[in-house]
Amino acid sequence: MGKHEIEVTINGKVYQEEVEPRMLLSDFIRDVCGLTGTHVGCEHGVCGACTINVNGTAVRSCLMFAIQADGQQVQTVEGLSNNHELTDLQKNFIECHGLQCGFCTAGILMSTEDYLEKNPNPSSKEIKEMLSGHLCRCTGYDGIVKAIEKTIEERNQSVLS
Amino acid sequence: MKPPKFEYYKPATLEEALNLLEEAGDDGKIIAGGQSLVPIMNMRLASPKCLIDINGLEELSYIKNEDNTLKIGTLTRQSDVEQSEMVANVCGLLAEAITQIGHVQTRNRGTIGGSIVHADPSAELPLALLTLNGSVQITSKDEVRTVAAEDFFITYLTTDIMPTEVLTEVTIPLMEEKSGYSFQEIARRHGDFALVAAACHMTVDDEGLITAVRLALGGVEAIPLLIGDAEDILTGEQLSDSLLAQVAESVEMESDPESDLHASSEYRTHLAKVLTKRVLTQAYERARG
Repeated sequence: MGKHEIEVTINGKVYQEEVEPRMLLSDFIRDVCGLTGTHVGCEHGVCGACTINVNGTAVRSCLMFAIQADGQQVQTVEGLSNNHELTDLQKNFIECHGLQCGFCTAGILMSTEDYLEKNPNPSSKEIKEMLSGHLCRCTGYDGIVKAIEKTIEERNQSVLS
Repeated sequence: MKPPKFEYYKPATLEEALNLLEEAGDDGKIIAGGQSLVPIMNMRLASPKCLIDINGLEELSYIKNEDNTLKIGTLTRQSDVEQSEMVANVCGLLAEAITQIGHVQTRNRGTIGGSIVHADPSAELPLALLTLNGSVQITSKDEVRTVAAEDFFITYLTTDIMPTEVLTEVTIPLMEEKSGYSFQEIARRHGDFALVAAACHMTVDDEGLITAVRLALGGVEAIPLLIGDAEDILTGEQLSDSLLAQVAESVEMESDPESDLHASSEYRTHLAKVLTKRVLTQAYERARG
């Protein structure tokens, strides 16, 4: 039950490390790579805090082993901003009071970015369905929905103009 | 909340996976999407000594319509089926069922075959497969065999599959006649396991008489339960309140749900009857179009 060498690209940077097969991808990202923006809540796929993007799709990092990410492209919340400039979605989370304690935020941002890329014009109901995969224990869902809706509106306007 | 130790293999071909599985014997376990297996490993409810990761076997990921049969490769992600226009056009029941599995983020990784072999009694895909009279293709080193959904599920989390076998394909016969469908469930929260789920597929002739119907329920027994009486009661008839009541009565007779933390046996029975009426009504309306 030895260690395996893996190579994972996270936010454009290549991490070459030795891992035990049982190491969760969420633990690899936080403890081995030091990227603590990805949060760990329930560790069985329910809370959504650890959601990241693997090969262009939002998934739970606690339901993947690090070894399964060998050779894959991973993006975490640290990889969203460009040169420390927050994205429009992140700015709207601040503006619309879309976060309180912030524990669930990283996962929600990763899910939302992926979701909006595939569904640029979701209804409120569809946004809420997407968010049902995330638990916010501050229960601040209203601000979160507003931040997402504002982002959609702004992106549509910039496409039009 | 961390999984116990295991050996990890990532075969490049199905043949290699089958060889590894045979070598590992009872200690081996296939991992595909991992959306059911990893949680139970993290909770240490399961501790396979050897995981064989089939995520590299791209040839097991496809959706095809051949000879009026829908064929889906085992590794196809649930979200790929959800987004498939072809599936929405030819098999609305499956498309409707998939949107009710977990959440977007788990469907992105969860696979069609994985959910079916996991065989949770309240899961959507086993119920949809049974309702649609589908079957599964099972492959081992020695043979490829096909098992009907009606024979595949044995009891809680247990199917006809042997430790040396892999589920490789799911097949669903498609109907050309005028047909309607409905898949509905009730869960405590959106995305939770269903307390009870019901599914119905029905064909109706030009006079509105039911020519064929399959009704099945999830969450009321250890495996998805086909209500055979529905066919006897409804075939050749127009759907009416009194027939709905008759089917609901036989649902009560045929099912014996267990009580647990989430719902009592009586409440599950009540839900089963309510959902039975709802799915039959919706399927009939859709079939009449």
